[in-house]
Amino acid sequence: MARDTPPKHSRHGDATPSVYRDGMSDNTLTRHLVVVGAGMVAHRFVESVRTRDPEGRWRITVIGEEDRLPYDRVGLTAFFDGATVDDLTLSREHFVDDERVSFLRGDAVVALDRDERRLRTASGTVVEWDELVLATGSYAASLAVDGFHLPGVFVYRTLDDLESLSSWVAERKGALDRPVRGIVVGGGLLGLEAAGALQGMDVEATIIQSSDRLMSAQLDAAGGEALARLIGARGIEVRTETITTRLDPGPHGGVAQLEFRDGSLAPADVVIFTVGVRPRDELARISGLKVDKRGGVIVDAGCRTSDPSIHAIGEVAAMEGRCVGLVAPGYAMAEVVATRLLGGEAEFPGYDLSTKLKLGGVDVASFGDAFGETPGALDVVYADPVAGVYKKLVLSDDASILLGGILVGDATAYASLRPLIGAKLGGDPSAYLLPETDGARPATGPLPDEALVCSCNAVSAGRIRSAVTDDGCTDVAGVKACTKAGAACGSCLPLVKRLVGAELEAAGVTLSSALCEHFASTRAQLFDQVRVAGLTTFSEIVTRFGTGRGCDICKPVVASILASQGAGHVLDGGRASLQDTNDHVMANLQKDGSYSVVPRIPGGEVTPEGLLVIGQVAKDFGLYTKITGGQRIDLFGARLEQLPEIWQRLVDGGFESGHAYGKSLRTVKSCVGSTWCRFGVQDSVGMAVELELRYRGLRSPHKLKLGVSGCARECAEARGKDVGVIATEQGWNLYVGGNGGFTPRHAQLLAEGLDSETLIRTIDRFLMYYIRTADRLQRTAPWLEELEGGLDALRAVIIDDSLGIADDLDAAMALHVDAYEDEWKATLDDPEKLKRFASFVNAPTTPDPSLAYTAERGQPRPATDAERESGGVLIAGTTLEVRR
Amino acid sequence: MTIADTARTMEPNRTSSWVPVCRVDDLEVERGAAALIEGDQLALFLLHDGSIHAVQQRDPYSGAYVMSRGIVGSRGDAPTVASPMFKQVFDLRTGTCLDTLGKERHDLRTWPVAVEHGIVHIRKDPR
Repeated sequence: MARDTPPKHSRHGDATPSVYRDGMSDNTLTRHLVVVGAGMVAHRFVESVRTRDPEGRWRITVIGEEDRLPYDRVGLTAFFDGATVDDLTLSREHFVDDERVSFLRGDAVVALDRDERRLRTASGTVVEWDELVLATGSYAASLAVDGFHLPGVFVYRTLDDLESLSSWVAERKGALDRPVRGIVVGGGLLGLEAAGALQGMDVEATIIQSSDRLMSAQLDAAGGEALARLIGARGIEVRTETITTRLDPGPHGGVAQLEFRDGSLAPADVVIFTVGVRPRDELARISGLKVDKRGGVIVDAGCRTSDPSIHAIGEVAAMEGRCVGLVAPGYAMAEVVATRLLGGEAEFPGYDLSTKLKLGGVDVASFGDAFGETPGALDVVYADPVAGVYKKLVLSDDASILLGGILVGDATAYASLRPLIGAKLGGDPSAYLLPETDGARPATGPLPDEALVCSCNAVSAGRIRSAVTDDGCTDVAGVKACTKAGAACGSCLPLVKRLVGAELEAAGVTLSSALCEHFASTRAQLFDQVRVAGLTTFSEIVTRFGTGRGCDICKPVVASILASQGAGHVLDGGRASLQDTNDHVMANLQKDGSYSVVPRIPGGEVTPEGLLVIGQVAKDFGLYTKITGGQRIDLFGARLEQLPEIWQRLVDGGFESGHAYGKSLRTVKSCVGSTWCRFGVQDSVGMAVELELRYRGLRSPHKLKLGVSGCARECAEARGKDVGVIATEQGWNLYVGGNGGFTPRHAQLLAEGLDSETLIRTIDRFLMYYIRTADRLQRTAPWLEELEGGLDALRAVIIDDSLGIADDLDAAMALHVDAYEDEWKATLDDPEKLKRFASFVNAPTTPDPSLAYTAERGQPRPATDAERESGGVLIAGTTLEVRR
Repeated sequence: MTIADTARTMEPNRTSSWVPVCRVDDLEVERGAAALIEGDQLALFLLHDGSIHAVQQRDPYSGAYVMSRGIVGSRGDAPTVASPMFKQVFDLRTGTCLDTLGKERHDLRTWPVAVEHGIVHIRKDPR
């Protein structure tokens, strides 16, 4: 934490302010470094000095005007996607948690006494410096138009700005019986972010841009046009060449409409101005430092101002005659000053104005000489207005050296291209621009060691390589932690991954296939070892085939293996301690520590009586209800100690566990099929119910989802499932290896025109073969992809029985079907198992006091940290007395 | 802190701030239990070797009070618990986070534990 009374400050007005020009009294070599401003660049600077100065030659005091820890201003918009202030707060490690750093927050520096080398803050604190660093940043520029200061008019710069904006929008929403209308004035980077933020709050957003295109500092005319089309398709209107002249208030006193130079009007309930930033150089001005006529403190290549004891870094520094509102150059300046203060040599390498933005799925990037201002520069352009893609590379006059580029609509090439600025492009330039087709990657030569891969943290390709070869990193996470590459904006991570992969391959390192430090074997090997040895407990298995006491990786794997081999209830035979909390309590852990409960609704078929039972349970226990993607109902907000009571009610009403918590069969989704549908050719619901009841509770390497469609229209989306069944006039077609989620895959046709019996036998074998041979957490899609011989080999094994294991697979599935019992009911019938559902060992029915809920759209949801702190309208954890 | 090094050196007595919590028999080997002690939520773990550890129930990475529901295991010689929420791994003896999964390091607070006549006691004042 920030110390209340740092050793070297005295209140202004003290008769004799204490002066330690040479540092703290216990160490006369310690000097005092004072940083004015506590934004991202100040944070980076302090972090850099502290990590490179372990012996503590510098003691640091940071003075920040905002009453907050430094936060990620670049990622500010994430605030509207639910990121909390904590999420945005930058690392405390080399800042407030560092005993050599004092942080005065919520106080502004008002005067510099350069002769005495001491400053005074608004609160009257006097601080003396040996070296001073100005990192005061920028403020949002304003427009000299009437109505700029009306309520409902905002800038987009600080967390406070965003908080006011968000509460204004919430207030307007409540007051209006129509959608809230928002206007963003300024169509640059920040304007686009602000428009996206408005849209995220369900505000109709329009961008007003004075110039002829969006992001005019980064994009050429064609790029701006492509971007406007993409933004327009996402429901954000764009008006270019429109100058705002006045804002008028409505009857409530807040902003109501904008007037433009052509006399036209536009209604608005909220207005955000993003018309640029201006350096906060007022402190420098009043102190007599040299200031650029367009603003900004003039600095030399070493970031030194006209006073040798004062440096300026970041957006306040006028370097090469200009200030730039991007964080990467600020970071570079921070490193320059840190290096120099620690006795090294460093000069600012020049502005890198590369930017990349992702707004509601729209990618934009601009890098290097994007406008082709280099004499003789050549453009290579690829434009596909239908797909909404515009890409341009700027090359040297002989088309060999990459100078810069613009990417709109698809910026995947940014990470590969940006580091190549100034280097020879290996191969045909158009290969970087054309849409990537399977197997046809651009022929990139190896990146030179000096190529900058991560511009946020200035990490070169060579540094990443040496992290693998010299520092022993073996994966991207390790390299990221070691070098900080990709730790800021993350846009270079794909490239980091490629570099790390290539380096590992070159070093002959094959990624270990061991399950974890306790088992050297893969899941498939362990499955066979356990099966052949006939072992049934973790202790036996780890003693025989592994080492140590297991961990969160191998224990659930062993539990799953044992379950697949028919071991019985998840909580029996010492297996309770192996289960992840979801399997352990047979419910799904949610973000606040409560659980969700999903009863099985086979095939999505449910009676009115069943719906009433679920509805009544949800009502009595105050649960949030939501229809899932798998055609059933999820009940959220159940406390651990409530689970048995909830199950009892559901079981009494004819329901059973839906295994939503398990790596096991989830649902068999179906369309309504031939019983009702005009087009259905088979009873898809009947088949779905049969399959779901057959495979319910089947433990597998990952979750399993099935689907059955009653005709080729495929309303059940069965081809997106691990097993998809589609009815035809000739029988059932069977597809396998489909996947939704992160890597969508269509299932592939395994067999056609099957009768019901053959269909089920084939699925039995497919599932059992997968369960025996797949890796931990490997869905059927990647498993099938890696299966040697692919679909043909699979067909040979499960249809033609080429390995002679078909009977064995059939027997294993028969064992599962025979042994199935409802886990919830079995738990309710066993007092020993019920003991696990105590909230506290010394207070078994006391609810977790940390749970707090608030209402949204008529249902409870966990209260946010802010809501808890403000003590707003909270629903305490449900404590309803329930009839037994 | 384990029984081995607390029971001998810090024998609970009637005058100290040791608080009885539950019977050792109430705990299950390698499966945590939550305890509510004067408003604080703790997670108790009985290990295979008979030692008992007490750490904060609040998972510092998610803010939810769930540590007792994590899977117990080992990393090298260290007995560990993995948060059930985002799987960060902590040393049960010291509360040190051994695997931050790329996040900033946050450790767990721990409490001294002792057993007398089969009753688990926690020393309430923080170490």
